[in-house]
Amino acid sequence: MDLTTILAAGVASGTILLFAAIGEIFAERSGVLNLGVEGMMLMGAVAAFSIALSTGNPWLGVVAAMLAGGLLSMIHGVMTIHLRADQVVSGLALTFLGTGLARVLGEGLSSAGDVAQLPQLTIPVASSIPVLGRIFFTDQSVLVYVGYVLVPVAWLWIARTRPGLHLRAVGEAPAAADAQGIGVIGTRYAYVFVGGLLAGLAGATITLAIYPGWFGDQTVNGRGWIAIGLVIFAQWSPLRAAFGAVLFGAIFRFVLDIQGVDQILGVENPFRAGHSATFFLDMLPYLMVILVVVIGSREAVRKRVGAPAALGRPYVRGERGA
Amino acid sequence: MTSPAPVPALEARGIVKTFPGIVANDHVDFDLRRGEIHALLGENGAGKSTLVNILAGLYLPDAGEVRLDGQPVAFDSPKDAIAAGLGMVHQHFTLVPSQTVTENVLLGMSEPRFWLHPGRSEAEIGELAERFGLRVHPGAKIWQLSVGEQQRVEVLKLLYRGARILIMDEPTAVLAPQEIDDLFRTLRSMAVDGRSIVFISHKLGEVMAIADRITVMRRGRVTAAGITPAETSTTDLARRMVGREVLEIVDKAPQQPGEVILAMRDVTADNDRALPALRGVSLDVNAGEIVGIAAVAGNGQSELAEVITGLRPCKGSITIGGEEVANRRTSHAIKHGVAHVPEDRTGVGSAPNLSVADNLIMKRYREPPVGRGWFIDDSAVRRMAQDLKDTHSIGGASIDTEARLLSGGNLQRLIFAREIDTGPRLMVAVQPTRGLDVGAIESVHRVLLERRAAGVAIVLISEELDEILTLSDRIVVMFEGRIAGSFAADEADIEEIGLLMTGGRAGRHDAAAPETSAIG
Amino acid sequence: MIHLRLEPRADAPRLFTAAVTLGALVFAFVLSGLIIWLVGGDPIKSFGHILVAAFGSIGVISDTLVKATPLILTGLACSLAFRMRLWNIGAEGQFLLGAWGASAIVLAPILPAGTPAIIVIPAMMLAGAVAGGLWGFIPGVLRARLGVNEIITTLMLNYVALFWIEFWVFGPWSKGGFPVTEPFPPEAWLPRLTDFASAFPVLGGLTVHLGLIFGILAATIMWIALERTRWGYELRLIGDSPRAARYAGIDIDRKIIVVFVISGALAGLGGMSEVAGVVHGLQDQISPGYGFTAIIIAYLARFGPFRVIVASILFGALILAGREIQPSGVPAMIQGIVLFSLVGSDVLIRYRIRFDRRMAIA
Repeated sequence: MDLTTILAAGVASGTILLFAAIGEIFAERSGVLNLGVEGMMLMGAVAAFSIALSTGNPWLGVVAAMLAGGLLSMIHGVMTIHLRADQVVSGLALTFLGTGLARVLGEGLSSAGDVAQLPQLTIPVASSIPVLGRIFFTDQSVLVYVGYVLVPVAWLWIARTRPGLHLRAVGEAPAAADAQGIGVIGTRYAYVFVGGLLAGLAGATITLAIYPGWFGDQTVNGRGWIAIGLVIFAQWSPLRAAFGAVLFGAIFRFVLDIQGVDQILGVENPFRAGHSATFFLDMLPYLMVILVVVIGSREAVRKRVGAPAALGRPYVRGERGA
Repeated sequence: MTSPAPVPALEARGIVKTFPGIVANDHVDFDLRRGEIHALLGENGAGKSTLVNILAGLYLPDAGEVRLDGQPVAFDSPKDAIAAGLGMVHQHFTLVPSQTVTENVLLGMSEPRFWLHPGRSEAEIGELAERFGLRVHPGAKIWQLSVGEQQRVEVLKLLYRGARILIMDEPTAVLAPQEIDDLFRTLRSMAVDGRSIVFISHKLGEVMAIADRITVMRRGRVTAAGITPAETSTTDLARRMVGREVLEIVDKAPQQPGEVILAMRDVTADNDRALPALRGVSLDVNAGEIVGIAAVAGNGQSELAEVITGLRPCKGSITIGGEEVANRRTSHAIKHGVAHVPEDRTGVGSAPNLSVADNLIMKRYREPPVGRGWFIDDSAVRRMAQDLKDTHSIGGASIDTEARLLSGGNLQRLIFAREIDTGPRLMVAVQPTRGLDVGAIESVHRVLLERRAAGVAIVLISEELDEILTLSDRIVVMFEGRIAGSFAADEADIEEIGLLMTGGRAGRHDAAAPETSAIG
Repeated sequence: MIHLRLEPRADAPRLFTAAVTLGALVFAFVLSGLIIWLVGGDPIKSFGHILVAAFGSIGVISDTLVKATPLILTGLACSLAFRMRLWNIGAEGQFLLGAWGASAIVLAPILPAGTPAIIVIPAMMLAGAVAGGLWGFIPGVLRARLGVNEIITTLMLNYVALFWIEFWVFGPWSKGGFPVTEPFPPEAWLPRLTDFASAFPVLGGLTVHLGLIFGILAATIMWIALERTRWGYELRLIGDSPRAARYAGIDIDRKIIVVFVISGALAGLGGMSEVAGVVHGLQDQISPGYGFTAIIIAYLARFGPFRVIVASILFGALILAGREIQPSGVPAMIQGIVLFSLVGSDVLIRYRIRFDRRMAIA
């Protein structure tokens, strides 16, 4: 149980949270809150697993997962963008739907045998870097490397490109964007869809890479919600989201590892596997999310930045004023 | 023989547009000549905004056509209109507050195509602003700018896109007299440059002074099509606007003010962005006196109303009849006889989905006859609501109708009815006639004067300088969170007031050197 | 090209709202049936089974009511919070904490064995409500004082509550190493109809318990509070316009905390009624997602206390019979579809749909 191993596992496990969080950042930046991440991830997970199982090709599984997430997100999109439904309730409904559907479709999958998984890679030169090489570039799933690329791409897109400027305008002041001929509706659908694609990808990352297998409801286990909390902590920035994802990934790993240790500092470890005290360890990630969200909220107040101003409100052309 | 008239830059024929329950434009014709400044005059609700929204591509007319340089056009969106050279500056700016001037100007443009270069773009925008004499810093974030500066950004956006026709919706509503002069100087230079300008207003004097031609609308119809100021007069325009020769008859009897009701000493407060909004304000208001606060938007007057009514924390002393109310709960101020007619009728002054009755008891539900112990006496509520409705002529609804269905005028009557019913000692009215038609404006003014006669101390905060001058016994000018000057109504000099509103020179009271505004 | 335009509706007559809601339910069931059929199941058989298994006889009606009881209490909990636009997604966790608190009275033990029921039962009620109330207090105060998003906090606390229960049930209170506790002594059992079978034989086998009365009482009190008291008026005002409520002098922060505590207490009471009325012990599977179903119930009932009772019976039936439906994820899926249908049907209630034709160029 050394720090390098924990961090390496943290990066791996964190990739799941990263995809989901960045997807949600895109959606929320356009002004649409999508709380259905947990449901989309679960659907992505089961789609990835079952397609990989039946075709033997994990990449097809990834595609299936992304499509599943994308399709589900569109239900939420139509509800909130065109039908102007309350974004919170619609997102919750999406979670129920996704969870239920995944349970239905995942019937009988648990006992499935070895499923084709995505390859693990070690990058030749980079993995020789002391410490960092061991953590980031040694024996990580190919999806983890995809994550490394996604973070700077997402950041650049939002902060330094014209489409990113338009995205930010749509989320901050849709009336202003509309007045300049930017399609608010189209933009929101597009980014909600992207959010769905990435949530599906996150699900595939679980079942085909990091924790291979299908464990029913336990597969995602609240990670979708953690990702949503991460977005607040990240102040809607992909860079901070990456930091948070690794942090939480490491915490999850740490919680697992410490249960395998017999002694801590010479004293018997109360959190050894098999002892009921391990349940307190299980609480740790979820308590951390609360802490992290509190920090994020206070910082937002202090720095006078915060959520995209139009987050959560349907856009209606012709409604003037705040 | 005269030469044939040149093709108008912009022309609308037979425009019809209806919304649920109202015909906003009823077979409207309008034409704009090249290089002219054309005023569109009418009271609130006459249909002017609807017409220009159609011209600018925001609405589709139900019937009629629009021609640009003689060619029929049907804009799908504002973007189409801009591409054709027609741009609009709205009353409510379409700016993204958290982004910079440059980002706002670049929004929606096709260049730069993909990658943004903040430094380069800012320099370019800065040059453009210089060229047209629009003083604004290209790197500043919109929320840091004053309202006048934000308006300049809006104009900059249009110029950057090469607009030949500019439509401005009530541009002077938020400006002080000197800023209005600046604006019209800019517009005139653009007109000389060959651009054509339509500006909407409901102020007769302004229109007579500035416009080349005037079109008047009333209740969706055109009552004067493109007449020149020489052909008309303010009384004529008034008649075409509202069917009367004078816009309003005010009955204000001279009155001796009573004892001091509101006493503010050295009050300081921050605004929502944690920037100082009030910097040591001291003010007295007596019973039976209307004190009008003249200020350009964003100089602390909203915060002034909020500290008096308990909606904002502050330092310093505020007493009502000798009792301290500063920095306490809102309910404390209410209990001590402070009534508040807020700026935001629908967001603050009323609960849109609750009934008229529920809205009327908002300040009285804690005590008998409405509140009995833990409970609310339903029949007492209905009786009181019906009473207030009849007394104050709140029309267009029953006491069970949801408040959001009331017209602006009726909603304001509801709010006044509720506030007056609490028998206040002090009333703070903020922008009480904004967006109301002439009839409703009159009834608000009447109510304020009635309360004044009844001995209520009144603080009137308004952007309409005319309203302040007509109603106030004393006029106080605010600039950048300080009192810049104070006048008795009959000594009021518009020039001097205007100067003080924009920080022109130190006033007679509370003198302070004007500071530069906070721009990055 | 034809544009769809949504025009806000001035009013929606009661009957219309009810009809649309019913229509949404029907639509949801039809859609669910379609999906069941697509996945290889038999929808007619499934739905028919639900009807029979839930309402087919007095005995099963009683069972349905037993399942509805925790739903009523958690449904009320959610309705109260949602009325103020406080998104209490944590009814599940508050329910669990209430179950734990009530169990602690007997299992810790807080009251010694042999204490008469007249003391034990109210003590359990109190403990359940306090524990649930505490679990509501935390997100409430975070939201009121720090503006922290309550959706995340309540959700996370659900997971924490589950692990808390698992600790006790796998650890100190475990019986024989299994995740079940010692069964409660008879003094800790809520009276059931079947307890009176010796006097009234017809009541034999009917396990409806006192918890149902708690639920009905709570609904009544809530209705009175919301419609007839000053407190309820303030709550409705805040729910409609927090800014107007502030302007009217209401202390919103305090209200937020109070509402969250009451909401948590109601859910906690639901937990107590489940352990004392049905299971007579504590297990880690004590809730098959009551707190989440409660969200849908609250929405279906449009936050009206008595409508919550009706909706709870409906969903109680679904849960009761749903366990035997193949495939097993169906009830959860139906819940999602129902909620979406309701959300979508909201559009019809709030807006009129208009078709705009594009203007022809002369």
